[in-house]
Amino acid sequence: MIEALFFYLFAAVMLGAGLMVVVSRNPVFSVLFLILAFFNAAGLFVLIGAEFIAMLLVVVYVGAVAVLFLFVVMMLDINFAEMRAGFQKYLPIGLVVGGILVFELVAAMYGDAFSGATLPAASEISNTRALGNVLYTKYMYLFQVAGLILLVAMIGAISLTMRRRSGVRRQVIAEQNMRRREDSVEIVDVPVGASARTVATVPPGKRER
Amino acid sequence: MFAFQMADIMPALPEIFLAGIALVLVLVAAYGGETPRSARRVTRIAMGGILITLALVVNGDPLASRAFGGMFSADSFAIYMKVLVLLGTFAALGMSLRSDGDSDINKPEYSLLVLLALVGMMLMISADNLMALYMGVELQSLPLYVVAAMRTNSLRSSEAGLKYFLLGALSSGMLLYGASLVYGVAGTTDFAGIAEAISGRDMPTVFIIGMVFMISGLAFKVSAAPFHMWTPDVYEGSPTLVTALFAIAPKVAAISLLLRLSYGAFGSIADQWQQVLIALSVGSMVIGALGAIMQTDIKRMMAYSSIAHMGYALAGLAAGTVAGVTGVMIYMTGYVFMGAGTFAIILLMRRDGAEATRITDLQGLSRTHPLLALGLLVMMFSMAGIPPLAGFFGKWYVFLAAVEAGLVPLAVIGVVMSVIGAFYYLRIIRLMYFEDTDSPLDSKIPMANRVVLGASLAVILLFFAGIAGLLAAADSAAVALIVLG
Repeated sequence: MIEALFFYLFAAVMLGAGLMVVVSRNPVFSVLFLILAFFNAAGLFVLIGAEFIAMLLVVVYVGAVAVLFLFVVMMLDINFAEMRAGFQKYLPIGLVVGGILVFELVAAMYGDAFSGATLPAASEISNTRALGNVLYTKYMYLFQVAGLILLVAMIGAISLTMRRRSGVRRQVIAEQNMRRREDSVEIVDVPVGASARTVATVPPGKRER
Repeated sequence: MFAFQMADIMPALPEIFLAGIALVLVLVAAYGGETPRSARRVTRIAMGGILITLALVVNGDPLASRAFGGMFSADSFAIYMKVLVLLGTFAALGMSLRSDGDSDINKPEYSLLVLLALVGMMLMISADNLMALYMGVELQSLPLYVVAAMRTNSLRSSEAGLKYFLLGALSSGMLLYGASLVYGVAGTTDFAGIAEAISGRDMPTVFIIGMVFMISGLAFKVSAAPFHMWTPDVYEGSPTLVTALFAIAPKVAAISLLLRLSYGAFGSIADQWQQVLIALSVGSMVIGALGAIMQTDIKRMMAYSSIAHMGYALAGLAAGTVAGVTGVMIYMTGYVFMGAGTFAIILLMRRDGAEATRITDLQGLSRTHPLLALGLLVMMFSMAGIPPLAGFFGKWYVFLAAVEAGLVPLAVIGVVMSVIGAFYYLRIIRLMYFEDTDSPLDSKIPMANRVVLGASLAVILLFFAGIAGLLAAADSAAVALIVLG
């Protein structure tokens, strides 16, 4: 009874949030609604006993992907009003694609193409522990190779985007700490009555490095 | 419960060693700074690592070849192909060593990424499981996307990298989708398990669709028509050193994977994938031969040439017999050395230090650089398939296997297309020997290019002498793949 209640709560909020992602005017709100939808989907996963996927959804999608979306939405100067101008025009296409997806889901549920597949038996241990049991033993090889692939992604992203540009003021903390008083402060004995211009020298702090 | 034994890891020792070298090189590159000197140091260590890996691969025990619960197989087929890939990458890295080269390639990350791609190629060759297959493919592809775009100040290089990446991602998607369908029907990701699950059973259409998707995804990687669109642009836009690498090594790995997948996992339904491979083969031979004729850039021409080569190799694959596998292996052997030798010369096509890669830049090469011209002549004759050079033997065994398997029309189309293809190879020879030029190419020939060219020439010229031994090795490897695999 309680379970059913929560199911309908999560499902309803998720559907509402999903709808708001599409219709809300402010793209930042869209991303926030997307996060809400993710959280409720995670709740649904917990209800069916897939707590690991629920955690993944929160950690990966909410923690990384949605935040990335937020960054992109806020940092890129995109005219969203212009982008959604064709909303009504594209509605039929969206409906057709959605309809096909629904049809395929139904066909996969009631079709018999995959009846020959052997489903792994449900075991007593929780699925997080079950994953951990095989991930570092049976699938150790794949796990390690996945690590190498991620390393490649990191090296590749850095080597493609990082370059030394001139004219960029970057903070070098070591240099800041190494700075001594003598380098930056110059005591000038200003005679009484002399104008500032006659004693002005180049301040040491602004010297070219 | 699954428990690890040392014997589960030993067959993968070369890969583990090479990956370890790559991880060490990450640190060497990070602390060495971005100087050309540091880049050369990384390249040298990488090349040393490749040599040791080569020794480890050759010394591997092909009988105790299964590792990681059957996901990894280092049988004699894998050893043969890995030697090719290692030699090819070694040559490509060696040619990047010269000091006055491209400043973008002089980044230390280049050799590092190539080394990681090499690990990926070796994993592809050894993959005996759908998941291991995908991991190998991605580990091989990702670094190659990056090195294709490595020349960051060139629009063409960025375009090449992006195009390669997008189409590669598409092909990965097809591969995964196909793999999911295959897994859905077979209930296992293990190649041997799939073969067991489908033998003597009526296959649902879904399984055939999944298989075709997988073969199409891999056809992208070997650039077989109609999945070849990326090849000319990527070959032309990438830095020439990277193009040389593309032309030499990755396709050997992709072809090996295609062989292992079709003979290992789908062996019992050969009549189903044969049609697909025949279509791919004919398409590639035709596109490769006709497309190259109109090209003016030698890198683009080599791209079409490699499409055609893949078409010939796929003809052997389509035969579906031990002789077919042997033919493909002989073909790929010649292909690696022809690619290495030809690109050792293309890399020298510079005028006043700037790259000059138009085909007409080769005019009068026989007068300005007689030895280079002679080398390129041998390479072009070999690619055209003129006896007694390496390319001839490759084509011979491939077409022989196709005829023996009853695919006479395929062999006939192949022979006709290689005659058409001979036109553009011979055009280069005509330009070199019967045209004159008043602006000769630069005359500096780095040591690495000499060594690569000399070694490739030796292999191609002496191929007929070693063909018996090569055939024996390829034959036993093919038997290991089909019968024991």
